[in-house]
Formats: sequence, C-alpha cells, structure tokens
Amino acid sequence: MIFMDVEVKNIHKRFGPVHANNDISVTFKGGNIVGILGENGAGKSTLMKILSGFQPADSGEIWIDGRPVDYHGPRAAIAHGVGMLQQDPLDVPAFTVLENFIYGAPGGMNLNRPQAQRQLSEVSQRFGFDLDPETPINRLSIAQRQQLEIVRLLALGVKLLILDEPTTGISAEQKNVLFEALRNLAKNDGLSVLLVSHKLEDVIALCDEVVVLRAGKLVGTKQLPATTDELVTLMFGEELAPHQPEDIEFGDTVLKLDRVHLASKRLSITDLSLEVRAGEVIGLAGLDGSGQRLMMRACVGLEKCVAGDVFINGQRMTGQAYRSFMQHGVSFGAAGRLEEGLIAGLTLTEHIALVSERGMVIDWARARQHTETQIKLYDVRGHADNMIEQLSGGNQQRVLMALLPENPVVLVLEQPTRGLDVDSARWIWQQLLKRRADGTAIIFSSAELDEIVTYSDRILVFYAGQIYEIRDPDAVSIDELGRLIGGDFQSSDHVERLA
Amino acid sequence: MRKNQSLALQLALGIAPIIISLVITAIIILVVGADPAEVVERVWSGAFRDLTSTARVVNFWLPLTLASIGLTITFTAGLWNIGVEGQIMVGALFATFASREFASLPTAVVIPIEIIFAVVGGMLWALLVGVLKTRLGIHEIFGGVALNALADVGTIFLVSNAWAPATGATAQASERFAPSTLFPALSGDFPVNWVVAIVTVIAAIVVIFSLRGTRWGLHLKATGKNPRSALLLGVPTERTALSAFAACGALAGIAGAHRVLFTFGDLRPLASGGIGFLGLLVVLLVSIRVLWVPLATFVFAAIITGSTRLRISLQLDQSLAGVLQGTLVLVVILFQGVRQRLEQRVTQGDGDEPQQSFSPISAEMTE
Amino acid sequence: MNQELINALNSIVANATPLVIASMGETITERAGVVNLSLNGSIILSAMAGFVVALQADSLIIGLIVAILVGALIALIISVASIELRRDQIAVGFVLTLLAADLAQFLGQDFTRVPGPRISKWSFPILSEIPIIGDIFFDHDVFVYFSFVLVIAAWFWLFRTRGGLEHRAIGERPESAFARGTNVNRMRYFYTVFGGGLVGLAGAAYSLSVKPGWATPPAMQGDGWIALAIVIFGGWHPFRVVFGAYLFAGLRAASSAIQRNGGLDLPLVDVHVNISFILLNGLPWLLMILTLLAVSSGGIERLVSLLPRQIQNRMRNVLRSDPPAALGTRFEAE
Repeated sequence: MIFMDVEVKNIHKRFGPVHANNDISVTFKGGNIVGILGENGAGKSTLMKILSGFQPADSGEIWIDGRPVDYHGPRAAIAHGVGMLQQDPLDVPAFTVLENFIYGAPGGMNLNRPQAQRQLSEVSQRFGFDLDPETPINRLSIAQRQQLEIVRLLALGVKLLILDEPTTGISAEQKNVLFEALRNLAKNDGLSVLLVSHKLEDVIALCDEVVVLRAGKLVGTKQLPATTDELVTLMFGEELAPHQPEDIEFGDTVLKLDRVHLASKRLSITDLSLEVRAGEVIGLAGLDGSGQRLMMRACVGLEKCVAGDVFINGQRMTGQAYRSFMQHGVSFGAAGRLEEGLIAGLTLTEHIALVSERGMVIDWARARQHTETQIKLYDVRGHADNMIEQLSGGNQQRVLMALLPENPVVLVLEQPTRGLDVDSARWIWQQLLKRRADGTAIIFSSAELDEIVTYSDRILVFYAGQIYEIRDPDAVSIDELGRLIGGDFQSSDHVERLA
Repeated sequence: MRKNQSLALQLALGIAPIIISLVITAIIILVVGADPAEVVERVWSGAFRDLTSTARVVNFWLPLTLASIGLTITFTAGLWNIGVEGQIMVGALFATFASREFASLPTAVVIPIEIIFAVVGGMLWALLVGVLKTRLGIHEIFGGVALNALADVGTIFLVSNAWAPATGATAQASERFAPSTLFPALSGDFPVNWVVAIVTVIAAIVVIFSLRGTRWGLHLKATGKNPRSALLLGVPTERTALSAFAACGALAGIAGAHRVLFTFGDLRPLASGGIGFLGLLVVLLVSIRVLWVPLATFVFAAIITGSTRLRISLQLDQSLAGVLQGTLVLVVILFQGVRQRLEQRVTQGDGDEPQQSFSPISAEMTE
Repeated sequence: MNQELINALNSIVANATPLVIASMGETITERAGVVNLSLNGSIILSAMAGFVVALQADSLIIGLIVAILVGALIALIISVASIELRRDQIAVGFVLTLLAADLAQFLGQDFTRVPGPRISKWSFPILSEIPIIGDIFFDHDVFVYFSFVLVIAAWFWLFRTRGGLEHRAIGERPESAFARGTNVNRMRYFYTVFGGGLVGLAGAAYSLSVKPGWATPPAMQGDGWIALAIVIFGGWHPFRVVFGAYLFAGLRAASSAIQRNGGLDLPLVDVHVNISFILLNGLPWLLMILTLLAVSSGGIERLVSLLPRQIQNRMRNVLRSDPPAALGTRFEAE
C-alpha cells in the first residue's frame, strides 16, 4: 500500500483576463478515486496541469503527506509521485511501444530492452492490457495508448494518477477494462486517482467522491453515491432543460453513395451504399480512425473513391474536386478549427471576403459591412479587424458557422462541438437545426455518444472500416452505443450491416 | 498611449540593425587590412560618380526590382522560390532565341516578341518548380536549386555550341546580338533601358493593386498562411500556388531579357548576376511589404554597382557587397525577433504566428 | 577484380567523404527538429577558413579546429534565431548560406590558388592489407576513417541508446519529451551546434583533403545543397544517408569517366553515345530531383508492403521516409 495524501492550498492561475483557478484549496486522500467535475473552461484542466507540473501556478502551494513541495516540470512531479495522463497521450508516434516505455525511465545509456520488456508485460498483464512491445504507436488505438501511458507512469512509481477525459473516444469495453484496472489499483495498491471528466455517468460509475469547479472556483465536494441530477445542480447551478430536436418531414434524396469503395493507408471501406434525404441528420459514431473521416471526406470530394459513385441532387459527382462539390451546395467543416477551416493571420473581414466576394476585384467596404452583419447575427464576440486567432474557441466556431453558405444542400461536419462548453455547443446545434428545418441534410461525427443519440435521425456506427446502421436512435442507449463502437455487434438487434 | 511611449524605441530598433551591420562589415574590411572610410567613399563614387555610373545603378535596379516584386507574390503564397535565379536565366535564354530568330524584323516589332519569349521562358521554368511541388511533392527549395543549376548548365552548353561566336567557342559568351534587337537606351548621356523601366513601373503598380484589392491577392494570402484551411474555404490552392510561380517567373524572365539584351549585348553564363538571390534577400529585408521594395532594391543596386570597381581601386573583392547585404538582412531578421520579445514583455500577449512543420517532402497543395 | 576498378572505388570513397560528414551532421541536427539550411555556405566558409588558418598557422590541427568552429558558429546563430528570437529557420538559414559564401570569397581573396598544406594519406594498419576491401576502404586519410566511425556512432546513438531516444523524441514530439523531463530547447541547441561543427569539418575535408586549397568559385560549390538532399533521400537514417552519399559520388565518378572517354560506349548494342561533357555537369542535379522523387512518390512504402508481415515494421523503421514530425517548428514549455 502506497497511500499518499496530496493537498493544494490557495492555488491561483490567470491567463490574461481569465482567472482560470481562483483560490482553490482541496485535499486528495490516498487510495481514493476522485472525480473532478466542471464544464469546459471551469478550470479543472488547469488545476490538474499545475498539480502534475505542466504549468506553474501564479501563487499557492502543494503539500504532499503534510509537507510543502515545490516542483517544476512534469518530470519533477512524477518524482514526487504525481503523474498525469493527458487526453491525447503524450507519447512519441514514431516510436514503438517498448521505446516509449523506456524513454523517460531511469537507467544508464544502454537501452536494456529485455528487462524493460519484462517489466512492461508484467504490468500490462496484471490489468489485462494488450500491448505488443514492437508495434509503433501510430498503429495503436487511443485506448491502447492510454494503457501504455498508465503502465509507464505506474512503472515510474506514480502514487497519484490524474486522467484527463480518458473515456472520450474509447469503446464501452475498453472503458470497462480501464475502470477495472483503476479500481484494482486504488483498492489493492492504495493508488489515488483523479478523473477529470464532464461525463457524469463515468464519474458515478467509478468515483468515491467528486470535486466540482465552476468558473475557476471550487464550488463543492460530495461523497458518492449521488444522483445525476444532484451533480448537474452542483456543476451548473441549475438544471438544464434537455434539448430535443423536433420531428420534421424529410425531402428528396440529396446525397447518394452507390457501392462506394474507399481506401486509406490503414483501413478500407468496401461497398457502401447510402441515401441521405433533405433535412435528415446522420450521426457517425466510432472510435477515432475507424473510417468516419474517410467517408466524410469522400462525401465532399476530398477523398477519391476507389470504386462506386457519389451523387449530389441526382448528379454524378464521382472524381470531382472539392470545389465543384461546393458549387453543388456541399459544405465541409473539419475538426481542427485553426488547422483546417480558419486561417490564422487573416482578419474576420478577410475570411468573409474569401467566401462572399465573387468578382475579380474585392469591394472591401461591402465585405466589411457584410462582416459586421454576420458578427451581429452569429453573436461573435470580436471585431471585424481582429485576426481570427485572437478569438476564443467558441467564437471561432461561431465564425466557422458564419462562413458556411446560407442554404447548403448537405453539411458535413467533423466533431462540430469538440472542445466547446455546454452553452456554445447548444448554440451551435440551434444553428444547425435551423438549417435542417430549411431542408439541409447534415452528416456529423462526434466522440460524444449522447450528442449523437440526441440529434441523429439515423446513426452509422464505424468499426475498423465496417459500417452498421441504426435506423431508430431512440431505441438505443448510450451504453449500447458504447458497446457497438467497440465492435460488439452480436448482442444488439438494432443494427444492420451497411458496408 | 503605448505607441507614444515606445516611438523612440521603435525608431532605435529600426536604425540599430543598419548601424550594427555597417559596424560588422567595417570590422571585416579592417580584417583584410583596408580602410572602411575609403571603401565607403569608393563605393559611393562608383555608384554616383556621374550620369553614366548612375545609369548603371538604374540598369541594375530595374531587373532587381522586377525579380523582387515577383518574389513578393510567391512569398505571399508561402512559397520559397529559390528557383528565381534559374527563371531569370531561362528568360534570358528565350530572349536570346527570339533575338537570333527574329533579327530581320524591325526593332519596334522584335522587342515585344523578345519580351513575350522571356516571359514564357521564365514562366515555364517557374511552373516546373511549381508542378514538382504540387504534384510530385518535392519542396520548392530543392526543385529550385536543382533547376537553377540546370539552367546554368544549359546556358554554358548553348554558349559554347549552337550560339557560340563565329570566331570560336570560348564558353565565355555567345555571339553578339544584332544591334537592332537590343533594348534601346534613353539617351547617350543617361543610357537607361526605358522599355524595361516602363514595364517595371507597370508591373509594380499591377502587383501592388493585385495583392491588396483582388480576389487573387486574397487567395495568395490565404494559401500562404494555411493551404489546408484555404482549400476548405473554397480557394483553389494548387492553381493559386502555380499562378504565383508563373507570375514570378514571368517577371524574372523580363529581368533576364534586360540583362542579356541591354546590359551585356550577348548571352553569357551567370548573366543574372545573382539578382534572383539578391531579390530573395530584399523581400526578406522588407518582410514582404511590396511598397518598400523599390527603395530597398535601389540601395542594393547602388551598393552592388558601386562595389564593382573595388578590385581595381583597392584590390578588394566585390563580394564585399554581398557581405554587407547579407549581414544587413540577417541583423534585421534577428532584430525583428528582439523587438517582438520586447513588445511581448509589455503586453504579455502571445504574438506568435501558428507554425507548420517544414516538410521537405509533402504535397499539401494538391486539390 | 581489376586494379582500375579498385582505384575507381577507392576514389569514390574518398570523394564521398565530405558529403558523408556534412549530411551526417545535418541528419543529427534535423533529427532534433531543426533545419540548418545554410549547409552550402557553411561548407564553403569553413573550407576557406580551415585552409587559410592551416596555411597561416602552419598547423593542420588548428585549421581543423577553426573549420569546426565556423560551422558550429553558423549553427549557433540559427538556433538562437529560432529558439530565442522565434525566427523562421528557413529564412535565417538561407540568408546565412549566401552570407557565408560571400564572406568566404571576400576573406579568402588573397589565398586563391595558393599552394598549402593537406592531410596526408595514412594506410590503416592491418585492415589495409585485406585484399580489395583494404584497398578500397582503408587506404585513405583520417577524414575517411573518421566518417566510418561517425556513421556507425550516429546509428548506434540514435537507435541503441537512451540518449538517442531522447534525441529522436525532441524532433518527433517535443511536448512528449518535455513531459519526460527533457529540456527540449537546450538539447536542440546542442544538436544543432554539434551538427554544425560536423558540417564545418566537412568543409575542411574538402579544402585540406579532397579538393585541396581555395579558389573562386569554390570547388565544392553546390555540394551543400546535395548534402541536404541526401539527408532526405536517406530518410534521416545514418546508413541510408551514407548509402546516398556513396551513390552520388559513384554516379559523379561515372559521369566524369564518361567525360574522359569523350562519350559512352554501350557494348551490347555497339553504339557510341556522344554526350557533351557540359551537359554531364547537370547530372548530379537531375539525380537530386530523381532521388527526391523516389522518396516523395511513396515508392518506398509500396516496396515495404511487399515484404513479409513480420519484418514489415522493422523495415519500415529503416526505410521510412517521413521527416521528423516536428522538423522546423519551435517549442515552448507550457
């Protein structure tokens, strides 16, 4: 047993005008599993990064086992027994599993592979993790990469393990394996676990206790068990009304995939046929890299079909470039805002001019006026002359919405609400449902299963290039969907093989 | 408020790099045992001694400005057109071909033909770099360096074979061009190539306007900042990149025609005189702000032209000009970093541009 | 094996050596995520400095040291500009490549075609007596032996030591390296300056050995660019990089042999092709484009997928042609 008590005292951290952590004091007892709750921007990630050495606090102290400690950098934090698993695990994609395991561990110049391999397989076997030492990281799933990081941190002697949103993008089965291992560690080894999550069901399923942050402040702690409603009240101050899209009549088929074959380096999709009607919302569920990206890009002409045809409004579009898809009313929003979608270094007006100006010469006065209108309409907190990167993530997403054409035939959106707080996400969906009511068909992917279940008229489940269809999303629970994205199709009678 | 406060600082940061690079160059001159003051005096008189020498400065200024303006286009599109040297040479080759083929036509007809040939030549050589990048994934720096060398090899080959002087091949220069095919000078006292001068002025105006006020200019900027996002926002990024190469190559080609059909009167190896690389330095110096290009190119042209006689007068190699220019650009770039750090300390903000990794093998541009 | 061929192979090894040293230096730098684009100028300036100092000081050792310092100093400027001042590595490297070449021409103006010292040949004891192999590989000067050691040491360092893991990690994913306690920027300084020192040594290998002396235009003009291309062709792997350098030197030797014979005899079809020797000078550059093409077109990946599954991963590691993922980017903790 390795019980270690960790206490933070009066932590403050500011980012410019934002007070991300405002006088936070809390104690984490050894052997406990504690959920850190709060919506996006509540300050939970900041607090965890301070605790694990990734960021220094502006002021405040950390005490371990009753003594104040002062460490800088994640490596020093690990030496004090505090380790953090980031949402996107901090491994090196070009390395193998074993190399990742060795890198950062103490030892001489010699790699001593056999010894490391023994240690790796010992720990992973104990928790039922499946890690082949010679596989390169870029061929692993998110869940496997998490497992490797956990194994690595444990081998380094971590006594307080912080996990940042570990259940995003992993299947129900992988989640069970992970939770089982964490319980095992807490109960048998006395390891403390901090689970940062905004998914209440995960917190309720795993944790002994929750700590809730709101707008940078600690608003309460609570022993579990508790009901979802109680936790929601703690997180938001009031209960949110559930948001349900209304039923509408679908129009004609606007997008048709006919026996499409797609192939990327890592997987292929064979023989996919699909018809999407005007006003329909199709949600794509699946682990990262299961084929959603491939299919979405094929729908907009960014990925060439190996075989088969794509039709927009009955017109054959196979082999056409993205631009001609655009001219036929197809729009695409990629997941990374500043990487794919917006252009850092350009002002809002320049962005609007890019999509709205059609002549050879740009009428800047008109473009500017148009921008001001859009800023009002989409409630963007920013100025027409601001560079896009000066805006917050939520406001950038609003600009992306403003850049979409008025009445697209088909909207294809990769994770449209990723990284947004609840308010912004709801606002985005309000906008999307407005367009849907006007007859726009929407295809979107998401790592949040509840988002998919809530908004989809049909769900496509992706698993290693296979696609299954759920025609009645109301009939499946989030748990069942979680099992489906893990590839467990036998036990469900709501799915049909599509490709 | 902050602006007033830091005005003096801004001014100091603007002038300091010039002083520092002059001091460094002076030290280098002292190292080889010469007197910096004397060098300055000789360079000045070499450039502005009389009308003829001033005309020489102008005649170097024109092609350098053409190439630099072309390079602002490719830099705006985020492209490192190191191949501009080769584009100047191929423009010169094509102009030479036109001059030889159409020597029988009257001057007023042959000169436009020569310019068109030079434009086409420079454009083709530039598009080759462009296609190697967009279609075959070879970074434009490597494509450009290789095509520069190939253009030089081609020039030496032509000069010593098909286009060799009747008196015998020397690999030094081609046969002299027929006088009727040469660009005309403004006057005997002030022999400046007025045809290319007009072309340069027009090109500068068109490019300045295009970059600011046209959709093409906005497309260039968007492609340069983030090709992936630009593509998703409907910019034809591949076409935009190729058009940037083509436009730069066209202007470089005219610069090449000027060098052989006016400056030398024959085709010779290295006829570009390093104008392409100098243009790259100029555009880095002015941070791609096209309005500053003519001033910077004039200073560079004066330094280069003034240094050509250093070997005769002071037994100093004319590469001193390159040393001064290179030092100046390097110090200016470093000072931009110093300035940004100082400003950041004041605002606490993060003025970093988002960065993309340098992949020497990539094909991001493909639509 | 006939003596003529052995002599030819021997001179290929000698001629390739500066390329090997320079491209190995650049490999080390780029593996840490930094591009030193100044190679062409760095090599020229350090060649000049090495030769002139060795001549003036009458000491080869001091000449060598100065050449190394010149290369390291240029690399230091690039790392300060990129790490401390957040400037674009490509821009700074490009300016430096021009500046260094001009500086070499200016400072070396009184030493063109002056006779001077050169490193003398030293047949490696015992090893040089191995038939054929000894004649090709162990009948050279110390630069060549050093290059052998360098290649093997670089490979061993990168793939067989903990330090190598860290080295590769800062070029692939500096955030992860930081999380494991590596001081990313300090290590980048070190590897950039170290690699730059090797580039400087390559300059000396020209002016004190392969192409002795100093001239305008410099005899090694353009080789820096070739070395940069070899690093890409070599997929940032020491063994493939050295293969690329030898391949280049070999094809160059072949083309100059053709020049000497005034053309190419194709015995099978009994044709004598007359190739102008001027055009043959373009061959290295065509070759540069073709080799880059081989890497960029995904041909290597296709080759790997033909192999049996068990060794695919290992071969992919050796034959991979992806640049270090963080090449040319800056890293700031936090």
